[in-house]
Amino acid sequence: MSEQYQLNKELAQMLKGGVIMDVTTPEQAEIAQAAGACAVMALERIPADIRAAGGVSRMSDPAMIRSIQEAVTIPVMAKCRIGHFAEAQILEAIEIDYIDESEVLSPADDVYHVDKTKFRVPFVCGAKDLGEALRRIAEGASMIRTKGEPGTGDIVQAVRHMRKMNSQIRHIVSLSEDELYEEAKQLQVPYELVQQVHESGRLPVVNFAAGGVATPADAALMMQLGAEGVFVGSGIFKSGDPKKRAAAIVQAVTNYQDAKLLAELSSGLGEAMVGINEQEIAVLMAERGK
Amino acid sequence: MRIGVLAVQGAFAEHIAALKLLGADAFEIRQLRDISQDFDGLVLPGGESTVMNKLLRDLGLFAPLKAKIEAGLPVLGTCAGMILLAKHVEGGIPCFGTLDVTVKRNAYGRQLGSFVCREQFAGQEITMRFIRAPYVESVEHDTEILAEHDGKIVAVRQSNQLAAAFHPELTENTAVYDLFFKSLAKA
Repeated sequence: MSEQYQLNKELAQMLKGGVIMDVTTPEQAEIAQAAGACAVMALERIPADIRAAGGVSRMSDPAMIRSIQEAVTIPVMAKCRIGHFAEAQILEAIEIDYIDESEVLSPADDVYHVDKTKFRVPFVCGAKDLGEALRRIAEGASMIRTKGEPGTGDIVQAVRHMRKMNSQIRHIVSLSEDELYEEAKQLQVPYELVQQVHESGRLPVVNFAAGGVATPADAALMMQLGAEGVFVGSGIFKSGDPKKRAAAIVQAVTNYQDAKLLAELSSGLGEAMVGINEQEIAVLMAERGK
Repeated sequence: MRIGVLAVQGAFAEHIAALKLLGADAFEIRQLRDISQDFDGLVLPGGESTVMNKLLRDLGLFAPLKAKIEAGLPVLGTCAGMILLAKHVEGGIPCFGTLDVTVKRNAYGRQLGSFVCREQFAGQEITMRFIRAPYVESVEHDTEILAEHDGKIVAVRQSNQLAAAFHPELTENTAVYDLFFKSLAKA
């Protein structure tokens, strides 16, 4: 394992217990930072608008990403399309702090993901289950997030992914050593990663919740299910009072087990993003890249 | 030996694990009620200093913790924790402002500037991991310089306050904790 990869995993450790917010302008980035975001995701359109607009969705304009890098002191992340290593190279060239190889954008490659081991810059990738998570880690991802359906305000998929991953981890812990080879085969992942999960009882990298988080209660739910932090995409800047909602979600992630405080934080936040149910959407983004 | 670890955001779990390995009774500080009991030392971990600064205030932890530090409670700040202690912060807003230093945030640039090195700390060479790290630009009064890298100050001590720009919680070496424990014994 390279020294840079270790440092990249450790940057994710520093983000733990925090909220990473999607922003589309330097002004939104400043609001997010002031509200307590531990990092921002710079993108031209938030997922709800990407979904509404349809068509091909690509990496954001580097000039726009740079303007956000200049506006805030916290880490700045940006998305490249699945498999689009040239977009990733461009993001590395502008010294992005983390690349999200993301199913929110239109996939550029329907077979291969980016070989992330070829980069010095860190990558976060989405995963619906342990197999996907370990495959992305084998490719060089230094952080994992659930692949909850972006831009919907519907938490059901993120919950499903987190529960599945945790239950698969518990299963691997319970196996005897000689059963790990078969498990690696079933999951289509390297044996060494299965062995690591067996010994540590956790993913080898930090794991955040992402997709559909719209309220402090959603954030608390994901944290209680074992997320180490949350991404909030459309949930903040598609709501009635972004500043207040963002700050409330930040506090909810810190004190996710204190229901009394969560009740206070959930009060008078104004309108939440409208939201779409899983059954009502045409494109299931989580099915992109496996 | 009870040690409170600020756990509002960041790598607090790593500190707690390291402290427990060394035999300390470490607990999380997430809100005001967590500091109602007596404790012997405080650790401010790595993470994002802007987030911790805001949450300390929102959760009502800022004033009581500042008072404890000023009253002599031994405190260890690492990376973002060092920024929280600093009196002057270049590129940021001071938090406790109890440590007589000027720190520069993100002093080595973005994540691609993160690095590992080996340097002298309190008489021994140790591994130092710097992650989007700050450094100390200058010290005032009786602040003692404990370590430097490339001509920049990366660890300091002033009476009950110990601060490092790197992450002792991510390495095996216990030199930084050992020094922190010595200040606990004195207090």
